[in-house]
Amino acid sequence: MNFKLKVWRQADQNSSGSFETYEAKNVNANQSFMEVLDVVNDDLTKEGKEPIAFDHDCREGICGTCSCVINGEPHGPEDKVTSCQVYMRSFQDGETITVEPFRAKPFPILKDLITDRSAFDKIIQAGGFISVNTGQAPEANALPIGRETAELAFDAAHCIGCGACVAACKNSSAMLFVSAKVTHLGLLPQGQPERNRRALKMVDVMDAQGFGGCTNTGACEAVCPKGIPVEFISRLNRDYLTASLMERPESE
Amino acid sequence: MKLDPKIPAGPLDKKWGSHRMNLKLVNPANKRKYEVIVVGSGLGGGAASASLAELGYNVKCFCFQDSPRRAHSIAAQGGINAAKNYQNDGDSIKRLFYDTIKGGDFRAREANVYRLAQVSINIIDQCAAQGVPFGREYGGLLANRSFGGAQVSRTFYSRGATGQQLLVGAYSALSRQIGLGKVQMFPRTEMLDLILVDGHAKGIVTRNLVTGKIETHMADAVILGTGGYGNVFYLSTYARGSNATAIWRAYKKGAGFANPCFTQIHPTCIPVSGDYQSKLTLMSESLRNDGRCWVPKAVGDKRAAHEIPETDRDYYLERMYPSYGNLAPRDIASRAAKRVCDEGRGVGPGGLGVYLDFADAIQRLGEKTVRERYSNLFDMYHEITGENAYKQPMRIYPAIHYTMGGLWVDYNLMSNIPGLFVLGEANFSDHGANRLGASALMQGLADGYFVIPYTIGDYLANQKQKRPTADCPEAQAAEKAVREEIKQLLSINGTKTINEYHKELGKILWDHCGMARNKAGLTQAIAEIQALREDFWKNVKVPGESNNLNQSLEKAGRVADFLELGELLCRDALEREESCGCHLREEYQTEEGECQRNDAQFAHAAVWEYKGKNEIPVRHIELMTYEEIHLTTRSYK
Repeated sequence: MNFKLKVWRQADQNSSGSFETYEAKNVNANQSFMEVLDVVNDDLTKEGKEPIAFDHDCREGICGTCSCVINGEPHGPEDKVTSCQVYMRSFQDGETITVEPFRAKPFPILKDLITDRSAFDKIIQAGGFISVNTGQAPEANALPIGRETAELAFDAAHCIGCGACVAACKNSSAMLFVSAKVTHLGLLPQGQPERNRRALKMVDVMDAQGFGGCTNTGACEAVCPKGIPVEFISRLNRDYLTASLMERPESE
Repeated sequence: MKLDPKIPAGPLDKKWGSHRMNLKLVNPANKRKYEVIVVGSGLGGGAASASLAELGYNVKCFCFQDSPRRAHSIAAQGGINAAKNYQNDGDSIKRLFYDTIKGGDFRAREANVYRLAQVSINIIDQCAAQGVPFGREYGGLLANRSFGGAQVSRTFYSRGATGQQLLVGAYSALSRQIGLGKVQMFPRTEMLDLILVDGHAKGIVTRNLVTGKIETHMADAVILGTGGYGNVFYLSTYARGSNATAIWRAYKKGAGFANPCFTQIHPTCIPVSGDYQSKLTLMSESLRNDGRCWVPKAVGDKRAAHEIPETDRDYYLERMYPSYGNLAPRDIASRAAKRVCDEGRGVGPGGLGVYLDFADAIQRLGEKTVRERYSNLFDMYHEITGENAYKQPMRIYPAIHYTMGGLWVDYNLMSNIPGLFVLGEANFSDHGANRLGASALMQGLADGYFVIPYTIGDYLANQKQKRPTADCPEAQAAEKAVREEIKQLLSINGTKTINEYHKELGKILWDHCGMARNKAGLTQAIAEIQALREDFWKNVKVPGESNNLNQSLEKAGRVADFLELGELLCRDALEREESCGCHLREEYQTEEGECQRNDAQFAHAAVWEYKGKNEIPVRHIELMTYEEIHLTTRSYK
């Protein structure tokens, strides 16, 4: 198969960027999209040009590093996969494929297809945890948790923090990401003592980082590689509302 | 090189307890005065950073990824072992200890492994308290599954994403400490050298991967939790960024490198499909609980799997190892797959594959149950191959997956360089010549949560806060050397890309230092690697500049290190004139093709000492002496 890749090139955070077009020839249908970028990059290197910078690591869809918008869709055309799990059999031979970074104000572009998503880490640092020091834990089976509850908590905890939800949202909202963590910990008995505080603090930092509000379009769920459902946003809203009525976090 | 393992006296089951009483403590007010550097944010580094910060130490944690949540521990699928004996099936600390030692083919340090089995129990408690959503029974209690190399059910899991869930747990604990200001996090920052002052590890030189800025960080102790070096083979199940640079540069500063040739080849990976391939994907070993491995009985049988009747199939693991069957340990299963493929009975493109068939399990349990257990793995297989494993058998083949070798450490997890501690896969201590499934997560968390918080205090208490400053001559010299190497890499401007060198190196190693090795092949490999390395420094092309985000430059430094490490791997394999664990030396095997260990001459860890550029390193040994167990021939028949 042969393709044209129309790729966003941007030198750094302060420069303006533009699209450049490259050829990808003799591509195997079972080659992954990132493996095509590898080959194009080796060609560019040999031509004395700078290769395309793109984020990737595990290449098996779990680390959340890869973050391309492919033909206008975060993580590309297939359902419930990350950019690294897109294979060329998903495209038509001869097609021109457009590749861009995730675009959202809270994720500034560092270079080409690489963005800075540390705003997500800041949200987790505000409250995405259960406060238990090493050594303080009770015997694990002393706290039974219903199987359905544990499975639902897993569904939420499975979020890989890639940021596709933000990139897909016209408001650059991080509600799906925040709701996944609030749901995961809020479902579990261990997470109850900090439940109100967690929802308030995480939402505060989410707002401070410049993420927009949710207007229920569901675009986030549609691109989420782990299938995190928008119902979790309702859980977040409920937790946030309850917490707002009950308490505000003490000033620190 | 002095190698004192510092194994505490006393009976095996009392060693850790009495050692903890003998270790010096740092009082809470003084902990605030110490700085600790942690490189790596996976299960070892992340857990250590969080735990040390909770104790009051000031921690600086570094990772090359954009967030600590992305460390490659995340990709572990199947589970984590712990001697909870929740299944009442005869498990105990002693049995987990014994299984791990035996699984490692009697080349791991007894006292470390016993401690690992002891603290395994606390790990599950800690993770459950953090909110890790482990699989559960309907009664709400924790579920277990079986794993290779064990006849009890002791593996805890979170569907097929156990590593992710445990890492998210450690990341949440780490994030809490970052929020509290006790950990200063440096993402997208790579360690490029270790700074020694008066022979002690007192700092590191780093490069900011966004701005290119070279910086020096000083501390009272340095901890490396930087994972394994399997990417030396180019194709592996590791993340693309996983590298050996931190441990390799520590080796070049005098840290002993133990058993580099002990690499693990995992039996259940998706086979290679073409030369463009950049990585191999693992299918969790837990699949072997319900999947049956087979190949056609006849050489050259090209029929599709469903056309081959039962009578023409060879369920080779069940035939060769009836008591463990499809749950034979990884090294045994990998070699068996290689053997049937070498006989010409492999399936799929190139004949490098065997079937892993779920038809019987689906008939016995129903598709729904199989889906519940493994759906994410079946989905992943479908994404990559486009094939539906509910309808046709998976094709699998062995691939490089883990490295048991690593920097030498004593019982306190300190290397032979005082103040340099090494955790998890980056050290050598617990898995001998072969690691059992679900034991890597256990070791990473044991080291980070439950060992280093005790043992580092003993070192620091003797240091009395003599932390050198970044303007000391040792730090300046290390920084200068780093700058010069970067300048050199960028100035070569040759014709070959970094990937081309890396692929060639990988092929040499896979052909001559993979599942089966021999003297002639290893000797040839050493010469080929030396030539390749020489060519690299003359003819590699590294585009771009040093003062900005330059992924080619990052890769060039890592591949330069792999080109040196690859040679050490072969040297180590050459000197070890026995077969054990994953390491089959063709000259030393039984008539049935099983490993022939040589306990009289090789019941030791080989620890290599760097002697300078292009000098032959010196091989030291630490004898593996066993107080509790008797060395036996490992049989899973």
